[in-house]
Amino acid sequence: MKKNINILIVGVGGQGNILFSKILGDVLLNVGYDVKISEVHGMAQRGGSVVTYVKAGEKVFSPLVDRAEADYILAFEKLEALRWLEYLKNNGILIYSDYEIPPLSVITGAYEYPDVEKILQTVGVKACRVEVKKLLSQLGNSRVQNTLMLGFFSRFLDIDEALFKKSIERNVKKEFIEINLKAFELGRRIEMCEVEK
Amino acid sequence: MKKLLLGNFAVARGCYEAGVKVATAYPGTPSTEITEAIAQYDEIYCEWAPNEKVALEVAIGAAIYGRRAICSMKHVGLNVAADPLFTASYTGVNAGLLIAVADDPGMHSSQNEQDTRNIAKAAKVPVLEPSDSQECIDFVKIGFEMSEKFDTPVILRLTTRIAHSQSVVEEGQREEVKFEYKKDIQKYVMMPAMARPRHEFVERRLKSLKEFSETIGINKVEQGTEKMAFIASGIAYQYVKEAYPDAWVLKLGMVWPLPERLIKDFCSRFEKVYVVEELDPFLEENIKAMGINNIVGKEIFKLTGEYSPSFIKKAVENKEVELPYKVKQTLPPRLPVLCPGCPHRGIFYVLSRLKDVVITGDIGCYTLGALSPFNAMDSCVCMGASIGMAHGISNASDKNQKVIAVIGDSTFVHSGITGIIDAVYNGSDILVMILDNSTTGMTGHQDHPATGYTIKGEQTYKLDLMSLCRALGCVAVEEVNPYKIKENVVKIKQLLDLPGVKVVIAKAPCRLHRRHKFTISKRYIDFEKCKNCRLCLSLGCPAISLKDKPTIDTNLCLACGMCEDVCKFGAISSQKEQ
Ligand code: SF4
Ligand code: SF4
Repeated sequence: MKKNINILIVGVGGQGNILFSKILGDVLLNVGYDVKISEVHGMAQRGGSVVTYVKAGEKVFSPLVDRAEADYILAFEKLEALRWLEYLKNNGILIYSDYEIPPLSVITGAYEYPDVEKILQTVGVKACRVEVKKLLSQLGNSRVQNTLMLGFFSRFLDIDEALFKKSIERNVKKEFIEINLKAFELGRRIEMCEVEK
Repeated sequence: MKKLLLGNFAVARGCYEAGVKVATAYPGTPSTEITEAIAQYDEIYCEWAPNEKVALEVAIGAAIYGRRAICSMKHVGLNVAADPLFTASYTGVNAGLLIAVADDPGMHSSQNEQDTRNIAKAAKVPVLEPSDSQECIDFVKIGFEMSEKFDTPVILRLTTRIAHSQSVVEEGQREEVKFEYKKDIQKYVMMPAMARPRHEFVERRLKSLKEFSETIGINKVEQGTEKMAFIASGIAYQYVKEAYPDAWVLKLGMVWPLPERLIKDFCSRFEKVYVVEELDPFLEENIKAMGINNIVGKEIFKLTGEYSPSFIKKAVENKEVELPYKVKQTLPPRLPVLCPGCPHRGIFYVLSRLKDVVITGDIGCYTLGALSPFNAMDSCVCMGASIGMAHGISNASDKNQKVIAVIGDSTFVHSGITGIIDAVYNGSDILVMILDNSTTGMTGHQDHPATGYTIKGEQTYKLDLMSLCRALGCVAVEEVNPYKIKENVVKIKQLLDLPGVKVVIAKAPCRLHRRHKFTISKRYIDFEKCKNCRLCLSLGCPAISLKDKPTIDTNLCLACGMCEDVCKFGAISSQKEQ
């Protein structure tokens, strides 16, 4: 019997949640899971807070991951990691990017961008921070954060690396395959954080 | 081969396999991808129509002629298409006619949460409701067969979580279907003498559909091991199965008309049956009307918003989920914003600086102009409403209230044109601003009659909005560049003072549109020259944020140059400081 895996991918509209979940869902399907993915479109796309759910298991009914049900939260933006934290189950793992996109409420001065690291510490959650900014400048492309994060996340799953690469080739537009594969590999080689498995 | 497919793509696949010949729509989240995906199949004629009413009329024509047709829309689109729908129910079809309507519980991208089942009931047409992508494919085929067998349009009701979630499907082959066209004015010309017998027919049809719903395989009882029972359909069914995998479930694939005997028999076996449905108590009320009283529905389940498995559990067992990780402080909200480089930003910046003007808004990306930092919109009701409302406000005021209607190009073509005709005809003094970004931005860049391209990307006649507005009788029609802020402040003030209906077309393509290539010269802020007045922040461009002084994130900047126009100290330019 296959263990259920619930994953939340959170970030800001336009950061590539949907592609991330497509590639991941495709891989999980190929190793024999039943898979459901749910995404958000429309208004939320315009720089709002967005979430995508990926669920895998023997048989998946609801495409939603509820609060306190996620095994993993992948956050493409730091503040969004906090916003969705309630969705993490006990002992679940948060993997978050160090990327900051201040929302308008911060830009206009109505709010302050919170100290994410400090808050995470006080909440006491198992978290891995990925130094995405530095890595992306190495790649010279800021649009592949999603595949970079996927590379890192792939090590948490007991699935052959080649399957991920094949799925990237299937789901990414031709001209962008190479850079996405590079980003995936770079992500996969990031030193594992303490909370590993 | 098994693969993951988005619900909307699955509907498209079902249409392909069912031999559909004609597909029409006006884009509307969450229904848009159905038609986009169909456009990939060469076997199917496919189009974006200017609005849902026209789209449905095209599909009705095709079906009557003997070719299977699908028309797709979101729930509010069905209101626009309601007129032809109610009479198509009378004429019936020849080849099958399927209307896919996507509701949006939770209002992820809609102005209301209306429940399509009510309109279907009022129009006396049957409704099928799939609960995953495989059922989307299967129900499309069942829908076409039903449509032909019972001579009726069929509504395929989706909700956001079906339309926009991916689950596993197995694809099949296409089968060509074709019916002879036969002229039949008794059936297709709905003047009173002929419509009367058709109404009789519609009522008889509803009876036989009801009978049919008793035996159709997609209404079925799933045996449980616990003495707990539910009635559900669509996504609510999935939530129930996840929350209570061992309960009994009467799963309804056909939700109108309802199988009375099946439901009575099911309910008689249990002390209490939970009816789980998002939005209106449609099943509940209709089941109660059968004289069944042991059902529990909206007294414990909410009427608004989306459900989830834990919501159902919480309502049934009346207990809260425990959250292991909770952030105590309030986080800065992240509302949607106009994209970096968006041409609408320039216009809203100008509008936000006008005094004593009422601004009626419309449906599209530019609805975001209502939010901070612009706060430059007073209303937003439905597609095309801005112009009519502006005219209404202008005439209701006794102090010569200045009114500006803001509307997008796609929305203008959808239903703004008639508003202008009304305003001109009735002597209004309003300024209409058409924010023409040459696409339907909000739903993901679909074409429309004024872009000059079809859904297949082929070039076609391009509706000229300038000459159209002149022909409609507007006293002044001018095109402006939305990025030229200083110029536009002057221009808009001038036009506002003119009597009559004036139109400003603020034209610049959507910065995210693949068709338009921009020369990129990103902007930088020279900290030497910057006086930290923070005026540039009031543009609300996501690329500009405050560190010590305003800074531009070049990853996000789309080089529109608007900030350069706003800064009074010449601190912003395309020159990177050394
Ligand atoms: S508008 Fe110009 S001077 Fe004012 S804060 Fe912005 S860059 Fe500095
Ligand atoms: S930073 Fe300036 S140039 Fe760049 S997108 Fe924003 S307003 Fe346009």
